[in-house]
Amino acid sequence: MKTTLKNECKKLCRTVIAGLCISGSLLTSSLQAAELGYPEKEELKFGFIKLTDMAPIAIAYEKGFFEDEGLYVTIESQANWKVLLDGVIDGRLDGAHMLAGQPIAATIGYGTKAEIITPFSMDLNGNAITVSNEIWKQMKVNIPKQADGRPVHPIKADALKPVVEKYLDEGKPFNMGMVFPVSTHNYELRYWLAAGDIHPGFYAPHKGDTSGKIDAQVLLSVTPPPQMPATMEAGTIYGYCVGEPWNQQAVFKGIGVPVVTDYEIWKNNPEKVFGITKAFAEKYPNTTIRLTRALIRAAKWLDDNNNANRPEAVKILSQSNYVGADYDVIANSMTGTFEYEKGDVRSVPDFNVFFRYNATYPYYSDAIWYLTQMRRWGQISDDMPDSWYKAIAAKVYRPDIYMAAAQSLVDDKILSKSDFSDLVGEDGFRAPQKHFIDNIVYDGTEPNAYINKFKIGLKAGEKL
Amino acid sequence: MTAVISKKALGIAPMSNNKMIMSFISEKVQALILPMAGIFCFMLLWSLTASSIDTSLGKFPGPHAVATQVVNLIDEHNAERDKADVFYIRQDERNKVRMAKDPSYQPKVRIYTGKETFLDQILTSLVTVISGFLVAAVIAIPLGIAIGLSKTLNTAINPIIQIFKPVSPLAWLPIVTMVVSALYVSPDPMFAKSFITSLITVTLCSLWPMVINTSFGVVSMNQDWVNVSKVLSLPKHVHIQKIVLPASIPAIFTGMRMSLGIAWMVLIAAEMLSQSPGLGKFVWDEFQNGSSQSLSRIMTAVLTIGLIGYLLDRTMLQLQRILSWDKSSAQL
Repeated sequence: MKTTLKNECKKLCRTVIAGLCISGSLLTSSLQAAELGYPEKEELKFGFIKLTDMAPIAIAYEKGFFEDEGLYVTIESQANWKVLLDGVIDGRLDGAHMLAGQPIAATIGYGTKAEIITPFSMDLNGNAITVSNEIWKQMKVNIPKQADGRPVHPIKADALKPVVEKYLDEGKPFNMGMVFPVSTHNYELRYWLAAGDIHPGFYAPHKGDTSGKIDAQVLLSVTPPPQMPATMEAGTIYGYCVGEPWNQQAVFKGIGVPVVTDYEIWKNNPEKVFGITKAFAEKYPNTTIRLTRALIRAAKWLDDNNNANRPEAVKILSQSNYVGADYDVIANSMTGTFEYEKGDVRSVPDFNVFFRYNATYPYYSDAIWYLTQMRRWGQISDDMPDSWYKAIAAKVYRPDIYMAAAQSLVDDKILSKSDFSDLVGEDGFRAPQKHFIDNIVYDGTEPNAYINKFKIGLKAGEKL
Repeated sequence: MTAVISKKALGIAPMSNNKMIMSFISEKVQALILPMAGIFCFMLLWSLTASSIDTSLGKFPGPHAVATQVVNLIDEHNAERDKADVFYIRQDERNKVRMAKDPSYQPKVRIYTGKETFLDQILTSLVTVISGFLVAAVIAIPLGIAIGLSKTLNTAINPIIQIFKPVSPLAWLPIVTMVVSALYVSPDPMFAKSFITSLITVTLCSLWPMVINTSFGVVSMNQDWVNVSKVLSLPKHVHIQKIVLPASIPAIFTGMRMSLGIAWMVLIAAEMLSQSPGLGKFVWDEFQNGSSQSLSRIMTAVLTIGLIGYLLDRTMLQLQRILSWDKSSAQL
């Protein structure tokens, strides 16, 4: 799969866009001139949340990629996303595994204002939505069945709508959990619900309302990822959207059923990023490039030879100081399968992508997608022109640092040029993306037009 | 001692030698057998209930699971130490290579960056609780003596103490965290911020019992001794040194033992809440991990916390026995 894709890209490069290759080689020579110096800061502390997609950091440490760069890194798990973000802002942490929305929200001043940038996108996909056994029982009757009796996938929120309506008729609030107001999970859960005609509620920060429950049919609240299963077991929430292994954990514990993965909501969606402050990147340019190099190598190692290294990665992640869940639970999603209802194991080879499909390259269009969702749900209360979206994306996402790191890896013959072949001449915008669960096409160059396509959500010109 | 003398004075016949030995032995046996029996019953009850509680993380850990985890945790500690050794060798080599390239480079040895083991966490918690406790003692004992000696000061400060005493230090924790990160800024800090935060939290909760008990000890001093001091017209500092301090030692120690007990409990909770290194973080991390071993590891930590709390209390008691003139006050 991977090799054919790569070959195709190679062919494309060679034949069609020869011009770009020339500009690429120009880039090569200009960068080659300055050899990468020693890191200015050698002792670093990185934070993470216990989720399998922190893997590049753990692998870069365990495989010695950080040390190869002369970096002595301490890795520390954080209690929740807020603590982690504050740690990076106040300098307790030098960098961290972050939700893609966090650097963006910090830059536009939603929540704590701070200039945080990302030179490295950590992975694609990796989340799922899980509901409790009770809700699943009521939902299941609304889902069409395959010939073998298993539910047809992807399961849409249409199946959940009657259940939510029943709860509302009985006067009971329908609560679900997500991990942070600007998390991918919040937007994915909202996207899925809204695609099934369920209103997840608006934010109105200009009126001081940051609970996101205006007009809501489903009330979403924040719970730290590792506590999701326990919170659902306690009955506080009926379902949640979270990264792995906390969906598989629900299956193993027999307390809930994952209904849909984010791969099915939006194929190959960007997930976590590695965030550092802008001040850090300016003060320690060599350190920044070197840590990006180490992370790129780790991501590549994770996807090498069709995920051949994944079992070893799972073993590392199951150590108590990293993710710490049982090997089997983590392995379930990391090794290309995903277990929905107990026993319903399906193959999802791209559930966790760390390097394929340019997963590590920080695309502007990815940042803009998050901004469109922030606008859709009212976190950005005012109308903004398309140019504003692009300017913010360019401020936060830094493909220049990524490319410098990639180039120096090629120059040092650690990685080969073919590993980055489809990135030559990249302008930072992915081609218009289809494969959303509601079949709406996303084009990162036209954010306002995109926002207007949604049935539920704020549209251009609207203000609460 | 006094009791024996008074018994003799009352004319109670002393016991015969034989009987005395018998009762001595039976006392010893009782002191040994009864706790053993208690522990045995507890273990039995524990393993029986454990096997009948099913959680979503598997069976509730019994004594056997905990024993296994003790071995595991020690093995992990040793494995981590081996990794640390290799780390230093690698670092040394890397420094040498760089020196060869760049002779002006000053090689620097960085401490091991790997994870803290269970034993490391125990040590961190112990150091934190003892430092926080000592800071509190340095503030609380002079303050308590001053309050005890001066009625005016007592009336002035008492309302403040009464208001702050019932506040859980955990409520202070967010404020302490923010203030420490705002004020404790240095490029090369001697202590980690998390250590300072935990230390202040421990200090805050140890303070009040010590202040109150010390001042109580001073106030309820034997009036005759105060009079002696007055007759001798001792200067103030000698009065405090020779009369007040020795007289209030039992009360001070009561306050200190209370404080240390509370401090140990609060520290664990604070570590869980703020994720600063220590046993509390270990417990919280394991809870978050939710692996099949998590519960038994938490149970191991719970027992360790209890054992250490007990040892801390015994240490204070021993200290009191050494320092106090009134040995009878240093009872369990």
